[in-house]
Amino acid sequence: MTRVELETFVEGTTHYFLTAANQAASVGSPYLVNEGIPGIQEYTGIITVAGKRKGIVYFTASRPMLTVLLMRLGETEMTHENMCDLVGEVANQISGNARRDFGNEFMISVPRVIAGTPDGAVTPANTRSFVIPINWRSHSASLVVCLD
Amino acid sequence: MNAAVPLKLMIVDDSNVMRRKIERSHQCARLQFVGSAGNGKQAVELFRRTEPDVVTMDITMPEMDGIECVEQLVGIKPEVLILIVSALADKATAIEAMKRGANGFLCKPFTDRQLTDALDELLRGAG
Repeated sequence: MTRVELETFVEGTTHYFLTAANQAASVGSPYLVNEGIPGIQEYTGIITVAGKRKGIVYFTASRPMLTVLLMRLGETEMTHENMCDLVGEVANQISGNARRDFGNEFMISVPRVIAGTPDGAVTPANTRSFVIPINWRSHSASLVVCLD
Repeated sequence: MNAAVPLKLMIVDDSNVMRRKIERSHQCARLQFVGSAGNGKQAVELFRRTEPDVVTMDITMPEMDGIECVEQLVGIKPEVLILIVSALADKATAIEAMKRGANGFLCKPFTDRQLTDALDELLRGAG
Protein backbone atom coordinates (compact mmCIF):
# COMPACT_ATOMS: atom_id res chain seq x y z
CA MET A 1 0.00 0.00 0.00
CA THR A 2 1.29 3.43 -0.86
CA ARG A 3 0.67 6.63 1.08
CA VAL A 4 -1.48 7.92 -1.80
CA GLU A 5 -3.57 4.74 -1.80
CA LEU A 6 -4.15 4.98 1.93
CA GLU A 7 -5.16 8.62 1.50
CA THR A 8 -8.07 7.40 -0.65
CA PHE A 9 -9.46 5.54 2.36
CA VAL A 10 -8.81 8.46 4.74
CA GLU A 11 -10.69 10.78 2.38
CA GLY A 12 -13.48 8.22 1.94
CA THR A 13 -13.93 7.92 5.69
CA THR A 14 -13.94 11.69 6.17
CA HIS A 15 -16.47 12.06 3.36
CA TYR A 16 -18.73 9.35 4.82
CA PHE A 17 -19.17 11.00 8.23
CA LEU A 18 -19.47 14.50 6.83
CA THR A 19 -22.13 13.51 4.30
CA ALA A 20 -24.07 10.62 5.86
CA ALA A 21 -23.96 11.84 9.45
CA ASN A 22 -23.67 15.54 8.60
CA GLN A 23 -20.94 15.80 11.23
CA ALA A 24 -17.22 15.65 10.63
CA ALA A 25 -15.08 12.93 12.16
CA SER A 26 -11.49 13.28 13.14
CA VAL A 27 -9.70 10.76 10.94
CA GLY A 28 -6.12 10.09 11.99
CA SER A 29 -3.08 9.09 10.00
CA PRO A 30 -2.93 5.40 9.03
CA TYR A 31 -0.48 3.28 10.97
CA LEU A 32 0.93 -0.14 10.23
CA VAL A 33 0.20 -3.02 12.58
CA ASN A 34 3.60 -4.58 13.17
CA GLU A 35 2.68 -7.17 15.75
CA GLY A 36 -0.50 -9.13 16.40
CA ILE A 37 -3.78 -8.39 14.67
CA PRO A 38 -5.71 -5.13 14.39
CA GLY A 39 -8.35 -4.55 17.06
CA ILE A 40 -11.99 -5.52 16.68
CA GLN A 41 -14.90 -3.77 18.39
CA GLU A 42 -18.48 -4.97 19.00
CA TYR A 43 -19.52 -4.81 15.34
CA THR A 44 -17.35 -5.28 12.26
CA GLY A 45 -18.31 -4.97 8.61
CA ILE A 46 -15.91 -6.74 6.27
CA ILE A 47 -15.53 -6.24 2.53
CA THR A 48 -13.52 -8.75 0.54
CA VAL A 49 -11.58 -7.19 -2.31
CA ALA A 50 -10.76 -9.10 -5.49
CA GLY A 51 -9.51 -8.26 -8.97
CA LYS A 52 -6.51 -6.01 -9.39
CA ARG A 53 -6.01 -5.90 -5.61
CA LYS A 54 -6.77 -8.67 -3.14
CA GLY A 55 -7.49 -8.52 0.56
CA ILE A 56 -10.06 -7.01 2.87
CA VAL A 57 -11.25 -3.67 4.16
CA TYR A 58 -13.15 -3.60 7.42
CA PHE A 59 -14.90 -1.02 9.58
CA THR A 60 -15.21 -1.82 13.26
CA ALA A 61 -17.20 0.19 15.80
CA SER A 62 -18.93 0.02 19.15
CA ARG A 63 -22.68 -0.29 19.65
CA PRO A 64 -22.90 3.22 21.22
CA MET A 65 -21.24 4.76 18.17
CA LEU A 66 -23.49 2.88 15.75
CA THR A 67 -26.53 3.88 17.80
CA VAL A 68 -25.72 7.57 17.39
CA LEU A 69 -24.92 7.07 13.72
CA LEU A 70 -28.28 5.36 13.18
CA MET A 71 -29.96 8.31 14.89
CA ARG A 72 -28.14 10.72 12.58
CA LEU A 73 -29.47 8.72 9.63
CA GLY A 74 -32.99 9.17 10.98
CA GLU A 75 -33.37 5.54 12.05
CA THR A 76 -35.57 4.86 15.09
CA GLU A 77 -35.03 1.13 15.51
CA MET A 78 -31.76 0.51 17.37
CA THR A 79 -31.85 -3.26 16.89
CA HIS A 80 -28.97 -5.70 16.64
CA GLU A 81 -29.98 -6.28 12.99
CA ASN A 82 -29.70 -2.59 12.17
CA MET A 83 -26.31 -2.35 13.94
CA CYS A 84 -25.07 -5.24 11.75
CA ASP A 85 -26.63 -3.68 8.65
CA LEU A 86 -25.09 -0.27 9.29
CA VAL A 87 -21.57 -1.46 10.09
CA GLY A 88 -21.59 -3.42 6.83
CA GLU A 89 -22.96 -0.48 4.90
CA VAL A 90 -20.27 1.89 6.18
CA ALA A 91 -17.59 -0.59 5.06
CA ASN A 92 -19.35 -0.95 1.71
CA GLN A 93 -19.63 2.78 1.08
CA ILE A 94 -16.03 3.61 1.97
CA SER A 95 -14.72 0.67 -0.10
CA GLY A 96 -17.03 1.44 -3.02
CA ASN A 97 -15.95 5.07 -3.06
CA ALA A 98 -12.33 3.91 -3.34
CA ARG A 99 -13.10 2.75 -6.89
CA ARG A 100 -13.02 6.42 -7.90
CA ASP A 101 -9.23 6.14 -7.55
CA PHE A 102 -8.61 2.39 -7.89
CA GLY A 103 -10.94 1.85 -10.87
CA ASN A 104 -13.55 -0.80 -11.54
CA GLU A 105 -11.05 -3.65 -11.26
CA PHE A 106 -11.12 -2.99 -7.52
CA MET A 107 -13.93 -5.50 -7.04
CA ILE A 108 -15.75 -5.48 -3.72
CA SER A 109 -17.99 -8.10 -2.15
CA VAL A 110 -21.23 -7.61 -0.31
CA PRO A 111 -20.48 -6.97 3.37
CA ARG A 112 -19.92 -9.79 5.85
CA VAL A 113 -20.63 -8.80 9.43
CA ILE A 114 -19.16 -10.08 12.67
CA ALA A 115 -20.83 -9.23 15.97
CA GLY A 116 -18.48 -9.69 18.90
CA THR A 117 -15.11 -11.37 18.85
CA PRO A 118 -14.30 -13.44 15.75
CA ASP A 119 -13.25 -17.08 16.07
CA GLY A 120 -10.05 -16.56 14.11
CA ALA A 121 -8.02 -13.87 12.42
CA VAL A 122 -10.03 -11.56 10.19
CA THR A 123 -7.12 -10.34 8.14
CA PRO A 124 -5.36 -12.56 5.59
CA ALA A 125 -1.98 -14.00 6.53
CA ASN A 126 1.16 -12.47 5.04
CA THR A 127 -0.51 -9.18 4.20
CA ARG A 128 0.20 -5.99 6.12
CA SER A 129 -2.70 -4.23 7.82
CA PHE A 130 -3.04 -0.48 8.10
CA VAL A 131 -5.35 1.00 10.70
CA ILE A 132 -7.08 4.33 10.13
CA PRO A 133 -8.29 5.64 13.49
CA ILE A 134 -11.64 7.44 13.54
CA ASN A 135 -12.89 9.67 16.33
CA TRP A 136 -16.45 10.86 16.02
CA ARG A 137 -18.23 12.70 18.81
CA SER A 138 -17.00 10.82 21.89
CA HIS A 139 -16.61 7.51 20.09
CA SER A 140 -13.68 5.68 18.50
CA ALA A 141 -13.76 3.33 15.56
CA SER A 142 -11.29 2.03 12.99
CA LEU A 143 -11.09 1.35 9.32
CA VAL A 144 -8.60 -1.43 8.62
CA VAL A 145 -7.13 -1.78 5.14
CA CYS A 146 -5.34 -5.02 4.35
CA LEU A 147 -4.55 -5.27 0.64
CA ASP A 148 -1.70 -6.98 -1.20
CA MET B 1 -46.18 11.38 -17.77
CA ASN B 2 -49.17 13.05 -16.08
CA ALA B 3 -47.80 15.40 -13.39
CA ALA B 4 -51.04 15.26 -11.38
CA VAL B 5 -50.90 11.52 -10.72
CA PRO B 6 -48.31 10.34 -8.16
CA LEU B 7 -45.69 8.02 -9.62
CA LYS B 8 -45.05 4.71 -7.90
CA LEU B 9 -41.62 4.37 -6.29
CA MET B 10 -39.80 1.10 -5.53
CA ILE B 11 -36.54 1.03 -3.52
CA VAL B 12 -33.94 -1.70 -4.07
CA ASP B 13 -31.00 -1.99 -1.67
CA ASP B 14 -29.55 -4.88 0.33
CA SER B 15 -29.28 -2.59 3.37
CA ASN B 16 -32.47 -2.22 5.37
CA VAL B 17 -31.09 0.96 6.93
CA MET B 18 -30.52 2.47 3.47
CA ARG B 19 -33.95 1.41 2.18
CA ARG B 20 -35.61 3.08 5.15
CA LYS B 21 -33.44 6.19 4.78
CA ILE B 22 -34.38 6.59 1.12
CA GLU B 23 -38.05 6.05 1.94
CA ARG B 24 -37.92 8.71 4.68
CA SER B 25 -35.63 11.16 2.92
CA HIS B 26 -37.15 11.63 -0.48
CA GLN B 27 -39.19 14.80 -0.41
CA CYS B 28 -40.64 14.47 -3.85
CA ALA B 29 -44.41 14.91 -3.64
CA ARG B 30 -44.89 13.26 -7.01
CA LEU B 31 -43.68 9.89 -5.70
CA GLN B 32 -45.71 7.33 -3.81
CA PHE B 33 -43.70 4.53 -2.16
CA VAL B 34 -45.03 1.09 -3.12
CA GLY B 35 -42.41 -1.29 -1.78
CA SER B 36 -38.77 -2.26 -1.36
CA ALA B 37 -36.55 -5.22 -2.14
CA GLY B 38 -33.23 -6.44 -0.74
CA ASN B 39 -31.75 -7.94 -3.90
CA GLY B 40 -32.23 -8.06 -7.65
CA LYS B 41 -34.33 -11.24 -7.68
CA GLN B 42 -36.78 -9.89 -5.11
CA ALA B 43 -36.88 -6.63 -7.04
CA VAL B 44 -37.95 -8.31 -10.27
CA GLU B 45 -40.77 -10.14 -8.44
CA LEU B 46 -41.94 -7.00 -6.66
CA PHE B 47 -41.67 -5.00 -9.87
CA ARG B 48 -44.05 -7.39 -11.67
CA ARG B 49 -46.57 -7.14 -8.82
CA THR B 50 -46.49 -3.38 -8.17
CA GLU B 51 -45.48 -2.00 -11.60
CA PRO B 52 -43.59 1.04 -10.27
CA ASP B 53 -42.76 4.04 -12.44
CA VAL B 54 -39.56 4.98 -10.60
CA VAL B 55 -36.92 2.73 -9.01
CA THR B 56 -33.89 3.52 -6.87
CA MET B 57 -31.36 0.74 -7.41
CA ASP B 58 -28.27 -0.30 -5.44
CA ILE B 59 -25.60 -2.20 -7.40
CA THR B 60 -23.66 -4.42 -5.00
CA MET B 61 -26.26 -6.91 -3.79
CA PRO B 62 -26.47 -10.68 -3.26
CA GLU B 63 -28.42 -13.01 -5.58
CA MET B 64 -28.65 -10.59 -8.50
CA ASP B 65 -26.72 -7.31 -8.70
CA GLY B 66 -28.24 -3.98 -9.64
CA ILE B 67 -26.76 -3.80 -13.13
CA GLU B 68 -28.38 -7.09 -14.18
CA CYS B 69 -31.59 -6.12 -12.42
CA VAL B 70 -31.79 -2.82 -14.34
CA GLU B 71 -31.64 -4.73 -17.61
CA GLN B 72 -34.45 -7.05 -16.51
CA LEU B 73 -36.71 -4.24 -15.27
CA VAL B 74 -36.25 -2.28 -18.49
CA GLY B 75 -37.11 -5.46 -20.39
CA ILE B 76 -40.39 -5.68 -18.50
CA LYS B 77 -41.28 -1.96 -18.66
CA PRO B 78 -39.06 0.11 -20.98
CA GLU B 79 -40.41 3.47 -19.75
CA VAL B 80 -39.44 2.85 -16.08
CA LEU B 81 -37.14 5.52 -14.60
CA ILE B 82 -34.20 4.08 -12.68
CA LEU B 83 -31.89 6.02 -10.39
CA ILE B 84 -28.77 4.07 -9.44
CA VAL B 85 -27.89 4.74 -5.78
CA SER B 86 -24.55 3.09 -5.19
CA ALA B 87 -21.22 3.47 -3.42
CA LEU B 88 -19.35 2.37 -6.55
CA ALA B 89 -17.87 5.69 -7.51
CA ASP B 90 -15.98 4.86 -10.72
CA LYS B 91 -17.13 6.23 -14.05
CA ALA B 92 -17.12 2.83 -15.78
CA THR B 93 -19.83 1.52 -13.46
CA ALA B 94 -22.04 4.55 -14.03
CA ILE B 95 -21.61 4.26 -17.81
CA GLU B 96 -22.39 0.52 -17.73
CA ALA B 97 -25.56 1.15 -15.69
CA MET B 98 -26.70 3.80 -18.18
CA LYS B 99 -26.01 1.46 -21.10
CA ARG B 100 -28.26 -1.16 -19.49
CA GLY B 101 -31.08 1.37 -19.14
CA ALA B 102 -30.59 3.40 -15.95
CA ASN B 103 -31.50 7.09 -16.17
CA GLY B 104 -29.46 8.64 -13.35
CA PHE B 105 -26.70 7.98 -10.82
CA LEU B 106 -26.37 9.10 -7.20
CA CYS B 107 -23.26 8.14 -5.27
CA LYS B 108 -23.51 6.99 -1.65
CA PRO B 109 -23.16 8.53 0.86
CA PHE B 110 -25.65 11.28 0.06
CA THR B 111 -27.57 13.99 1.84
CA ASP B 112 -31.37 14.21 1.85
CA ARG B 113 -31.06 17.23 -0.44
CA GLN B 114 -28.89 15.35 -2.94
CA LEU B 115 -31.41 12.49 -3.05
CA THR B 116 -34.36 14.80 -3.62
CA ASP B 117 -32.44 16.72 -6.29
CA ALA B 118 -31.48 13.49 -8.07
CA LEU B 119 -35.09 12.27 -8.09
CA ASP B 120 -36.36 15.68 -9.26
CA GLU B 121 -33.85 15.65 -12.09
CA LEU B 122 -34.91 12.12 -13.04
CA LEU B 123 -38.56 13.19 -13.22
CA ARG B 124 -37.73 16.38 -15.13
CA GLY B 125 -35.95 14.26 -17.70
CA ALA B 126 -39.10 12.21 -18.10
CA GLY B 127 -41.13 15.32 -18.85
